[in-house]
Amino acid sequence: MLDFPRWKQLWLWSITLLACLAALPSLVSVGGMSLPQGLPSPMINLGLDLAGGSHILLEANPEQVKRQRLETMEEDVRARMRNADKPIRIGEISTKDGTVSFMVADPGQVDAAREELQTLTSGAQLTGQRDWDLQVLDGNRIVLKPTQAGIDLAISQAMDTATEVVRKRIDALGTREPTIIRQGENRIVVQVPGLKDPAALKNLLGQTAKLEFKLVDSLALPSDVAQGIAPPGSEIVPLVADPRTGQTGGAIAVKRLGGIKGDRLTNAQQGFDQQTNEAIVTITFDQQGGAKFAKLTTENVGKPFAIILDGKVLSSPVINEPIIGGTARISGSFTVESANQLAIALRSGALPVDLKVVEERSVGPDLGADSIEKGMIAFGAGTLALMLFMLITYGRFGFYTNAALILNTLMILGIMAIMNTTLTLPGIAGFVLTIGAAVDANVLINERIREERARGRKVIQAVEMGYTEASRAIFDANITNVIAATLMFLFGSGPVRGFAIVLMIGIATSVFTAVTLTRMWVAGWLRRARPSELVL
Amino acid sequence: MKLLKLVPDNTNIRFLRWRVPFYVVSTLLILASWGLILTKGLNLGVDFVGGQMIRVTFERTAEAPVTELRQTVGQLGYGEPIIQQFGKPNEVSIRMKLPEGSEQNTDLADQMARKITASIKAGHPDARIDGVDSVSGKVSGELFKTGMQALIAAVIAISIYIWVRFEWQFGVGALYALVHDVSLTLGMFALTQMEFDLNIVAAILTLIGYSLNDTIVVYDRIRENLKKYRRMPMPELLDLSVNETLSRTIVTSLSVLITLLALLLLGPNVIFGFTAAITLGIFVGTYSSVYMAAPILIWLKVSSSSFVQVESEIERQERLAREKA
Repeated sequence: MLDFPRWKQLWLWSITLLACLAALPSLVSVGGMSLPQGLPSPMINLGLDLAGGSHILLEANPEQVKRQRLETMEEDVRARMRNADKPIRIGEISTKDGTVSFMVADPGQVDAAREELQTLTSGAQLTGQRDWDLQVLDGNRIVLKPTQAGIDLAISQAMDTATEVVRKRIDALGTREPTIIRQGENRIVVQVPGLKDPAALKNLLGQTAKLEFKLVDSLALPSDVAQGIAPPGSEIVPLVADPRTGQTGGAIAVKRLGGIKGDRLTNAQQGFDQQTNEAIVTITFDQQGGAKFAKLTTENVGKPFAIILDGKVLSSPVINEPIIGGTARISGSFTVESANQLAIALRSGALPVDLKVVEERSVGPDLGADSIEKGMIAFGAGTLALMLFMLITYGRFGFYTNAALILNTLMILGIMAIMNTTLTLPGIAGFVLTIGAAVDANVLINERIREERARGRKVIQAVEMGYTEASRAIFDANITNVIAATLMFLFGSGPVRGFAIVLMIGIATSVFTAVTLTRMWVAGWLRRARPSELVL
Repeated sequence: MKLLKLVPDNTNIRFLRWRVPFYVVSTLLILASWGLILTKGLNLGVDFVGGQMIRVTFERTAEAPVTELRQTVGQLGYGEPIIQQFGKPNEVSIRMKLPEGSEQNTDLADQMARKITASIKAGHPDARIDGVDSVSGKVSGELFKTGMQALIAAVIAISIYIWVRFEWQFGVGALYALVHDVSLTLGMFALTQMEFDLNIVAAILTLIGYSLNDTIVVYDRIRENLKKYRRMPMPELLDLSVNETLSRTIVTSLSVLITLLALLLLGPNVIFGFTAAITLGIFVGTYSSVYMAAPILIWLKVSSSSFVQVESEIERQERLAREKA
């Protein structure tokens, strides 16, 4: 038990040193300095509660993804049936009850229709799972029902795209080191340190930025539109609220078909209208989008068309001449700021789903700095007082306890840096607690050695008994703490997790320093000094 | 050099002589705590009920003008605010329900935060906005659920571990001690109406870990003595075990208290509730290890026959030496 061969000592010291070294860059940076470049420098991240910044939890509605899939399927079915080698006539397509269903006019063509739909319904995955189940009812009614696998995949893909779009938008704001993580089935966590104005960020993320150009139905009666009644083949779209007055109201009727989507863009910039000096957004289509836009404008010169953003009409200018250059200007009573935001949103692409802010936490940078300072002072003062207490209670053994304590602190910091974990405010508390608990291991050992001496055991035997007998309780106690920390990590969120991580690292390092290292030191001392009496 | 000895050698305090009255009092305290929790309720923070919390520090005022703030914010038409000082008298948290319809339109919550901070700053230019938390009802419901899951799962998993490592009676004893600790801490939060948020759940999990640490140390000694003194009556054996570990119990509790006290007095105010909960937990946890976890072993009739005597290497050598002599 007290036998430490040279190789073992070397091994223990190198682990200790390595972990402590890893803490160096973080410690140095607190002092406002940095290590020479080129050296590996793992750092501990400061949580938002310490560094200041915003934490935003965004949530998408999976129902929206499902609905969009049905709509896309409806369009695809219509196109396929029309473009088949022998066009297949079908009745109205219904998208009720989460399925797409329609009648094939000629029952003899059902098989042909089925054939056409083959590629639409089989999944894109390699697993061979279908995205849609196809059923034929009553001889000529085709029902397409989305499979759960297909839905899951669609939601997952939509969230991946959304995460990517969110990242692009935040990068466009030029903030430093944002963290953007998908969470669970339909959520995205965004953390931006040191952010001054979280409102701008939220506005930007809240914009789906789905841009559409649709022809205005000029035949619709204004009285019908006001009541929300759309003529056949048209739909009512509300006007966007005036950003300056915040007034809402009004709507226009636009034709459902024949419009184009504004998703094929290569660029979007904020600019100014040369005549009115109003803020506008200039967009540039890619080749395909430009061609479609040119066709739309060429065929409809003299007619008004509506520019629709996220289901609201921005403006409905009259097409004066065909726009064939591939660029277009969007006006719509913008402020410079909102035009700029829209430009960023369009550049980064539309979100495949709407995202809602369901949780937001922001911490001012002053409070964060204050917390770090006070946390450090409290930690320093607490540790010093504790070390003094150990020294007067256990003498030489207290000195070993204190040395283990210092190394323990450095090792926790080092491992946190290597693991690139985040130190939060509860984390600091966890840190202080770990130190307190780590001391318990040494207290158990030292008390046991005292006891064994009091029972008349010789020095070496007493020390050995102290370590072996105390180890059992230390082991059991630490395992239960690991259980608590693991559950905290699994079930907890945010602050609780930060605490659990520090606790887990602390448990591991404290057993190492408080039991293994002190045993090595005590063993070395016993070998060298061969004391016949212990001051304990 | 003379070292500090807080507990003299061969201390023999008959802790368990008063086990029945202590048990009755403790059980009554548990019931009283639950009575408080159920009647007064916990002052749940926005983490758990949703809403918006704005933290403000008044940098040049000794005490935050709570009554005035309540009026100013109340007049904005968003309902009555809950205003609390925390940590220092010049720091307050203002809690509001999220405005109607904010689930659909998240701008509404922002507008409310802007209006409230503007109205405070208008009257007090030295007010510093330290942070704004908005949590929707859906998320807070989940946070509450996961928080409670973590608590219950931890208590059960730990009890099972002790059952496996010791005997079922020890598992029951540890469980009862934990229920005692958690109940009393929750009871204190109900009594003082300090804000109960996610950090407090972490604090309770910590004190569970700490209290258990203590219980295990006592249990470990009981297990050891059960093997050693096979004929000793249970109450006597428990007293012996508690006394033998008393020095350790006191030194460790003091050590942890020293660090916690530093955190409580000098640390950041934001975690005041957190540290306060753990500090209380140290006292409750230490007490429960002696008076809750140990006596239950008498009533559940733990017998030494469940434990097999195992001789350690040193003991074997010492015995051989004795036999030789």
